[in-house]
Amino acid sequence: MEYFVQQLINGLTLGSIYGLIAIGYTMVYGIIGMINFAHGDIFMIGAFIALATFLVLTTILGITFLPVVLLLVLIVSMLFTSAWGWTVERLAYRPLRGSFRLAPLITAIGMSIVLQNFVQVTQGARVKPLPPQIEGGITLMSGSSDAGTISAQLSYMQIIIIGTTFVLMVAFSLLISKTPLGRAQRACEQDRKMASLLGVNVDRTISLTFIMGAALASVAGLMFLLLYGVIDFYIGFLAGVKAFTAAVLGGIGSLPGAMLGGLLIGLIEVFWSAYFSVEYKDVAAFSILAIVLIFMPSGLLGKPEIEKV
Amino acid sequence: MAGTGQVPAGTTPVAPKNADVPQTRMARALRESLIAGALAAILGFFFLALRTDIVTGGLNVTTRWGLWLTAIAIVFAGRMALNLFWFDRDWGSGKPARKTIVAALPSGKTVGRVALLFALVLPFLFMALFPNKDRQFIDLSILIMTYIMLGWGLNIVVGLAGLLDLGYVAFYAVGAYSFGLSAHYLGLGFWTALPMAGLLAATWGLILGFPVLRLRGDYLAIVTLAFGEMIRIVLINWNDFTGGPNGISGIPKPTFFGLEIGRGEGSFGDVFGIPYDPIHRFVFLYYIILVLALLTNFVTMRLRRLPIGRAWEALREDEIACRSLGINTRNTKLSAFSIGAMFAGFAGSFFATRQGFISPESFTFLESAIILAIVVLGGLGSQIGIVIASVVMVGGIELLRNLNFLKQVFGPSFEPTEFRMLIFGLAMVVIMVWKPRGLVSTREPSATLKEKKLIKADQVAQGEGH
Amino acid sequence: MSTQSRSVHRWKDDPVLTVEHMSMRFGGLLAINNLSFEVGRGDITALIGPNGAGKTTVFNCVTGFYKPTEGRIVARHGTGAQVAAVEHATTKGKRWHSTDAGAVFLLERMPDYEISQKAKVARTFQNIRLFSGMTLLENLLVAQHNPLMVASGYTIGGILGLKSFKRAEKAATEKAAYWLDHVGLIDRADDAAGDLPYGDQRRLEIARAMCLEPLVLCLDEPAAGLNPRESADLNLLLRYIRETHGTSILLIEHDMGVVMEISDHVIVLDYGVKIADGDAAEVKSDPRVVAAYLGVDDEAEIDVPEVRKDLIEVTGRTKKGAGDE
Repeated sequence: MEYFVQQLINGLTLGSIYGLIAIGYTMVYGIIGMINFAHGDIFMIGAFIALATFLVLTTILGITFLPVVLLLVLIVSMLFTSAWGWTVERLAYRPLRGSFRLAPLITAIGMSIVLQNFVQVTQGARVKPLPPQIEGGITLMSGSSDAGTISAQLSYMQIIIIGTTFVLMVAFSLLISKTPLGRAQRACEQDRKMASLLGVNVDRTISLTFIMGAALASVAGLMFLLLYGVIDFYIGFLAGVKAFTAAVLGGIGSLPGAMLGGLLIGLIEVFWSAYFSVEYKDVAAFSILAIVLIFMPSGLLGKPEIEKV
Repeated sequence: MAGTGQVPAGTTPVAPKNADVPQTRMARALRESLIAGALAAILGFFFLALRTDIVTGGLNVTTRWGLWLTAIAIVFAGRMALNLFWFDRDWGSGKPARKTIVAALPSGKTVGRVALLFALVLPFLFMALFPNKDRQFIDLSILIMTYIMLGWGLNIVVGLAGLLDLGYVAFYAVGAYSFGLSAHYLGLGFWTALPMAGLLAATWGLILGFPVLRLRGDYLAIVTLAFGEMIRIVLINWNDFTGGPNGISGIPKPTFFGLEIGRGEGSFGDVFGIPYDPIHRFVFLYYIILVLALLTNFVTMRLRRLPIGRAWEALREDEIACRSLGINTRNTKLSAFSIGAMFAGFAGSFFATRQGFISPESFTFLESAIILAIVVLGGLGSQIGIVIASVVMVGGIELLRNLNFLKQVFGPSFEPTEFRMLIFGLAMVVIMVWKPRGLVSTREPSATLKEKKLIKADQVAQGEGH
Repeated sequence: MSTQSRSVHRWKDDPVLTVEHMSMRFGGLLAINNLSFEVGRGDITALIGPNGAGKTTVFNCVTGFYKPTEGRIVARHGTGAQVAAVEHATTKGKRWHSTDAGAVFLLERMPDYEISQKAKVARTFQNIRLFSGMTLLENLLVAQHNPLMVASGYTIGGILGLKSFKRAEKAATEKAAYWLDHVGLIDRADDAAGDLPYGDQRRLEIARAMCLEPLVLCLDEPAAGLNPRESADLNLLLRYIRETHGTSILLIEHDMGVVMEISDHVIVLDYGVKIADGDAAEVKSDPRVVAAYLGVDDEAEIDVPEVRKDLIEVTGRTKKGAGDE
């Protein structure tokens, strides 16, 4: 039981990170209908910026009070990663707006290759380890088994991750449902041409969508860095594929779906690793995606489509 | 995706409005260059100005202000040059109409014949012209030809049937491993394993395609990507059978009608009385892949003119109309998917015999992405476009390996090969933005009543979801 | 709800297509409610009604794009109602049943592609669906996919270049040329279908459907967007199809001129229920049709009690401002 609870917590933590990345995929898909393949690499960029900021703050500027450091890291990495998100959209996607479906997909893949290799060239191919910064936690329950005592622990790190995700999700839902920006975004999702005729600045709305997606991805990058303590230029690919899987699983275009999908993928991975085999955890996640799509072609929370004849 | 209309440019700094006034033109160029430089400063700060490195006891940050400032200067100057000489160029009456390469070429058939002739004599050309580098060049040609074949195979799925497949490399892997494993465990030779590899890959295409081909465009894309990754994960982890990450080595070379290409009694050279030269192997491999690629091309061209191929293209154009005309769309999609997979299987077993060694490392998503990029950059559905794209992209990457002269410019610690993929990615973006429909974008009709007319790209659909 | 009893209608005796007690529900919306009608063999039958009456939904059910929630749709080859064969297929759970007299097809059990292939019911679409990147000729060759597939030995013979396939292909091209000629597009055979003007695209879609050699041709608003001359040409084309090829035509149309001029049989639909069924003259004088078409502003003005009852039954509310065209 303790073991189960512990895995549940771990799964939710991992799932929060996937969910934050998945929102970026789902928003971009919702508004311009393309798979933003470079989004996973934006997450990676976010993690690198967070790492560099952290090191600058602690080693060069000598700030040691951790909450302040983390807050500053969060703000700086969100700002700078957003600039990357905006630039990618501006250079690789906007010139192809209204063009054929596969063209932006190819530039997205190209952008993903560019970002990965840019980071590899400038920061080196070796992994960057960061010692754990936040230690300790709350023991929820403990019991004994044949192997000794097992306890389910909720670490402070996990509390921060799940808590931040929750706060961001609430803030974000409010942003989408209550503000003029959110309205413009939903209008562009429905009909871009009509929205632009009605005075919505479509380009700006799309840019903002990319900026928001990148900001959330950078939060995920920071959390990934703190949780695993190790990053390299390649983390974006797998995390990106998983997060996109999460977005599709939840029903692409749906924000709660992205979060739900993220949590599910995180849980599937953790539980599969815990009870079956670590090696095949990705196979498990992908298989469940395939099965869900076969029976629910628009994902768990996606709107079912009535085929227009 | 919404319609084809260009969304108003809004705040875009690109579109020139009044290029005739020189002062404002200069001022605008300056302003935009400053913005670009500032953006480069922001983007580059954490990557160029700062560098984190592992040192004993943790990570260390070093600063590289020089590099950062240089990069900003390059971006500033580049944007300035673009503004002055490209965006604000005097376009005459409006922007130039987008032309396709094919319009400038004599005709598809002539080009094809010339290319074929060139391909047939290529190894001898290399041997005659570059006696010192012939082996390297033929090897490169083999690589390019492999990608041409893969591109042609994927073209059936993406270009003709309009099904977005992001996991094509899975079938390449199935082909390679089916030969690798059958050579390892059963001692089969290349020629026995080749048809088997194709059949197996096609079967896998059917098995994977059956449940997922009813999914809409982008869902299909993610599921095929997932399948590609799954096959790779299984290959890595099934240590006992596939050799895990270490792969399989010692895969036999192909024989020439039972004769080995090599030294000694009963070898090809021995029987025909030609003194052995290691180049023979390369030339032989080149001709094998050439024949395989031509077979792919021949079958594809034939199929395009048959009802099945026409149904693929109709499926790409409008699936609902297909169903109203009595076409079983599921079977039609499956046939495209598995025939495409079959050619990947052939190419895979050739890859295994050429390398003599295979491991899961060779079958990553990047391979799928490169093949798809070749198909799209070449112009969907165009066979000759794929040849051009393969030569440019694959040949280009390999040429970038020879950038060692840059070491003299930037110092010995500079590693030019690291820039290979960076440049490759940039090229993908630039070509696509320059020609969104690919290099050869017109479509040749599969049947004519009186006179053949090429079809303009803007009429041709790109498959589901559009 | 029946008006047929007034005269003897031949579509009762020899229906090529019958829709029996069909209902179609989308979530909470009942788009079609217990609809029954017959399409006579060799007739031109028009399905009319105000916007949103459910006409296209009926088409989609008949051609298999939607599965009706309830009801039976039967297509018949050979003459007569073939009641015994229909009952046999229904009770035995078969999709079709052939007898010496012909064959019956239960369309609601068949997938869409089999309906055009086996039951020979072809259709066109309201928002024209051509293969716009393919030439006119290719469009008509795709329509002959199934016979050509067989002739090509399911592709294998075609790859090997069999003589018999060459012959079949030549015949298919000739058939395509025949239809292109009859819709006046033969000169544009090698142009992309997407390059055609609107009216030509409509005719090409009809030609493409005719290449299936259908017994029933379902046309969804074939005259929409046509000018009067094109409209008149269309009438001629439809008559030609019926007379020369014996194809029965079921069409959805808004243009009353077209409907009244060429239809043998008119069925009027409103809010998913049938409100009139008969020949053109009968339907024209039916008060419920007049009410549905002219629209009624106010509840009080509905002077046909059955209509009001029907409407309330179907929509759960009274009709407001519908059918204003």
